[in-house]
Amino acid sequence: MRSALGRVRHHGASGEGTGHFIAQRVTSVALALLAPWFAVSAALSIRDGGYLATIDYLSDPVNAVGVILLVAVSLYHMSIGMQEIILDYIHRPFTKITLLLLNAFVPLALGVGAVFAVLSLNFGV
Amino acid sequence: MAGALRPEDRPISPHLSVWRWHVTMATSILHRLSGIALYGAAILLALWLIAAAAGPETFAQVAPHFTTWYGQVLLYLVVAALAYHLANGIRHLVFDTGLGLTPTDADTSAWFTILFAIAAPIGLWALLSFGG
Repeated sequence: MRSALGRVRHHGASGEGTGHFIAQRVTSVALALLAPWFAVSAALSIRDGGYLATIDYLSDPVNAVGVILLVAVSLYHMSIGMQEIILDYIHRPFTKITLLLLNAFVPLALGVGAVFAVLSLNFGV
Repeated sequence: MAGALRPEDRPISPHLSVWRWHVTMATSILHRLSGIALYGAAILLALWLIAAAAGPETFAQVAPHFTTWYGQVLLYLVVAALAYHLANGIRHLVFDTGLGLTPTDADTSAWFTILFAIAAPIGLWALLSFGG
């Protein structure tokens, strides 16, 4: 039962969101593999945190591919998650839209930058 | 009535001030908090990669912080947040299949999640200090 005003104001169920639900689950499974792998392998390989150890680590093709996958999947997963948090707590329209845009753009920009960085390290752009 | 409240300014029913704390409630909010922490950590990861590709001079502005005491504390907390979010995430995936949803089972798995989140960073630290 829906009032005319409610229909105009888009009250009620949105009818979409299953896509995000599934995407979170799928990215979770991928991250359950990628994140522990990276945490352990990077910690063991780059103990001193130095530049050379870092470059050596990222120059290994397995590590480079793993890191690229980790960055891409993480940023997607976290962006979906943060969108839910924003929609749960922020209701003032201007603040909400600003934060949603930042959440959409910042992870994407950093992701492209990070992937570009790993590629340029390996291929010398 | 003049100046009616906008929807976002109207009062809401109390939650944290009235609910008795229980472990499943704690694990739920910790899942969200660890997720927010990992959002920041992922941003730092991306910046670290970009700094590494930018060359030794740029990297030298970023890297030394990680070997300081506060850097090590930060990394430890990030690993703890990751371990917690991972364990609770798996717990949620199990819930999605329909298993483990009774209050008793949910409480048990909640405590195991918290235990894992405490033990995993200690384990990694021990591995780095004494193994490898």
